[in-house]
Amino acid sequence: MPVFYGTEIQSRLMLGTAQYPSPAILADAFRRSKAGIATVSVRRESGSEQAGQAFWDLIKELDVALLPNTAGCHSVREAVTTAHMARELFDTKWIKLEVIGHADTLQPDIFGLAEAARILTEDGFQVFPYCTEDLVLCEKLLDVGCEVLMPWGAPIGTGLGLNNIYGLRTLRGHFPDVPLVVDAGLGVPSQAAQAIEMGYDAVLLNTAVAKAGDPAAWRKALPWQWRRVPWPKKQIRWSHAIWRRLQRPLSERRSCDELAPFLSGL
Amino acid sequence: MKIVVNGEKVEVTATQLDAILIELGHGEAKVATALNEEFVPATMRADTALEAGDRLEIVAPRQGG
Repeated sequence: MPVFYGTEIQSRLMLGTAQYPSPAILADAFRRSKAGIATVSVRRESGSEQAGQAFWDLIKELDVALLPNTAGCHSVREAVTTAHMARELFDTKWIKLEVIGHADTLQPDIFGLAEAARILTEDGFQVFPYCTEDLVLCEKLLDVGCEVLMPWGAPIGTGLGLNNIYGLRTLRGHFPDVPLVVDAGLGVPSQAAQAIEMGYDAVLLNTAVAKAGDPAAWRKALPWQWRRVPWPKKQIRWSHAIWRRLQRPLSERRSCDELAPFLSGL
Repeated sequence: MKIVVNGEKVEVTATQLDAILIELGHGEAKVATALNEEFVPATMRADTALEAGDRLEIVAPRQGG
């Protein structure tokens, strides 16, 4: 099982907590999937609504490791400050570092990412960088102190799967001892299984499960593939249903960023 | 004085960050803060004075991917 910064996690599945139809379905997805890590975020809080407090009560009950992200940050400074706020809120050194470089595709700003990773590592964080599969970038991230890499399979929320098999295999070959996680772009269970079969240590899913309609379908589908057993027809039907639900316009796939810190509202 | 809280202009009477959080309704809530894009730890709120026009971010745990 994967070991991240000295902590062994008893699952190869990491789950995001965004976009579920209800808190109950979110909790059910975690219970049924047995995911070992939940990604979470920080967002602007209103004193009158206090929406974050209810979410905090919910995730405390999940009994999984928490990996806060810096989603919505478009600069090194925003990402570093957000990471510090997340460390205080969630009481963890772990940070899933996102520095977004392109508003439509949410593609990482790889230059800002390397710089923010260096700063945060020096500040005592244990950085999980959301990166592309670029070998040189990944070498740089390791050089500045990252001990985990999280390359995308495809742009966030697209469900396109592993767009660059060669690049992902290259990372696995060059960094045999570094925990590698495919983050973003996975749409159906077979794509997640493909990543594991390529030797990746874990996958991080969010949209594909949250929008699946039946998160339990993932639980039923994944073990078959991860044991390399051919899929029964039922699993194939579930996968097609999940895939169809992901076919949405790009504008609808963007992260819900209206509450991201540092956006100018004036 | 007028400050900018989470991107919106807000009138507050308190000047210290811990008192401003109470005035804005956060009380004992689980929030983190940044002042003019710099993180302010919870332990420093009582020692942090704001001035008119300062930009304050108040964030809380939320769903994320």
